[in-house]
Amino acid sequence: MAANFYVAPEQLMKDRAEYARKGIARGRALVAVAFAHGVVFAGENPSASLHKTSEIYDSIAFAAVGRYNEFEALRVAGIRLADVKGYQYAREDVTAKPLANAYSQALGASFMGEAKPFEVELLIAQVDAERTPAGDGSDGDPDDSALELFHILYDGSIVDEHRFVAIGGDTEPLRAELERRFEDSLDRDGAVRVAAGALSEVAGRTLGAEVLEVSGLDARRPRRRFFRLEGEELAAVLTA
Amino acid sequence: MIEAPDPLRSAFPSAFDVQRSSFAATLRTLAPEAVPPILGGDLPEAFTHQLVDGTTVLAVVARNGVVVAGDRRATAGNLISRGDMRKVFPADDRSAIAISGTAGPAMELAKIFATELEHYEKVEGEPLSLEGKSNKLAGLLRAHLPMAMQGLVIVPLFAGIDPRTHEPRIFEYDPVGGRYVAPAQAATGSGSLAARATLKRLVDPEASMDEAVRTALEALADAAEEDSATGGPDLIRRIYPIVAAIDRDGYRELDDGEVAEHVDAVLSHRRR
Repeated sequence: MAANFYVAPEQLMKDRAEYARKGIARGRALVAVAFAHGVVFAGENPSASLHKTSEIYDSIAFAAVGRYNEFEALRVAGIRLADVKGYQYAREDVTAKPLANAYSQALGASFMGEAKPFEVELLIAQVDAERTPAGDGSDGDPDDSALELFHILYDGSIVDEHRFVAIGGDTEPLRAELERRFEDSLDRDGAVRVAAGALSEVAGRTLGAEVLEVSGLDARRPRRRFFRLEGEELAAVLTA
Repeated sequence: MIEAPDPLRSAFPSAFDVQRSSFAATLRTLAPEAVPPILGGDLPEAFTHQLVDGTTVLAVVARNGVVVAGDRRATAGNLISRGDMRKVFPADDRSAIAISGTAGPAMELAKIFATELEHYEKVEGEPLSLEGKSNKLAGLLRAHLPMAMQGLVIVPLFAGIDPRTHEPRIFEYDPVGGRYVAPAQAATGSGSLAARATLKRLVDPEASMDEAVRTALEALADAAEEDSATGGPDLIRRIYPIVAAIDRDGYRELDDGEVAEHVDAVLSHRRR
């Protein structure tokens, strides 16, 4: 019979957290920047088809860093949860909070109980057109209560973020750079430039449209609020 | 191997699951109680008399797109059940599904089909081809076959433009899931005979969208004249046919004002 050595719970958790953090830090960081009518996600991603961000439901989006196979499974699980819920009840009953809770539970349970924790960090964002001052998301002063942004860590802990957030490895310089560049009531393109500028600054080179994945939520869009900026459209926004 | 705890486990896709991007399959796994049950035995007569039927829907191509339209009448036996029923639904941004037959399951079919297309697009990251969408609908109809055998017949129409080639196409179905590519026009439902005759006479694959809308409304007006179960435009309550135009810019429903203008033009040459 194999001997079971005693490992202090503190040590166990510390080891697992370190393992997860190291895994996440191997990948590239991703930032989210709020603007007057929604949120922009941006990250360096040389692949045009293996995305790190995704639409989940009408006004809910997903962004992740870490191991692709792990966050891809989580992404699809989120879409399933949202679609089944929206089909059974009503589209407006699908909201970000229960989804963020589900992710938090899944990551937390895996952190404690599985052979290895997930090596991912997630963002779940939701825009609410009805909660913008004009009531239809079209104009009026920016109101960040219209944007919900949940940051879920590898151990299941969950943080309600505002204005901007950087996830992944080495986020401190990114956060400082975003703090320097961010201003309230940015427009969408301005938010893209803030995000791309901060990423470029920290990377030490200019990140162009061909290596950036940019997407987000815009409350002014009809029904499906998720958008993706690619190719010439993105290049035009970056150089404006 | 990543494993979530039990309640979440079923939500995680397995690696080579061909049903991974299917919403209907997901629903069977995650919420089996939400899947419509398969009935056994014949429906009692009292029950069949209360079944609501949707009647005439049609589709016609134009040079750059396709127009889908439907009247607003629903019948139950020999009674008019509703005068404002919707039979044309957006399936996604570039296609529409129109339904005729038993209204309850038909509207459910339209809803699950639209969810299915969106689910696929989100999971896979790109939309299905128009052909793929039309086959998916045939599959949903085949799954409905036991209900069709009970008398709950649904006959949909599906039309749209292909997301890659932008080519407009129309697909017709039969109650058992047979799928047919329509030439340039199609109609189904109780008034389809009259509608089809008009469509055949007026269809023009080089027509503008406006002309195609006009053709569709001419055909609906003829169907309403020949078939008691098809409603004409209700000028008193201002209830007009639902008309959807799908072109490169996507799915767009004409508002009542626009339809009223077209209806007026259609009716004016019938006035004596």
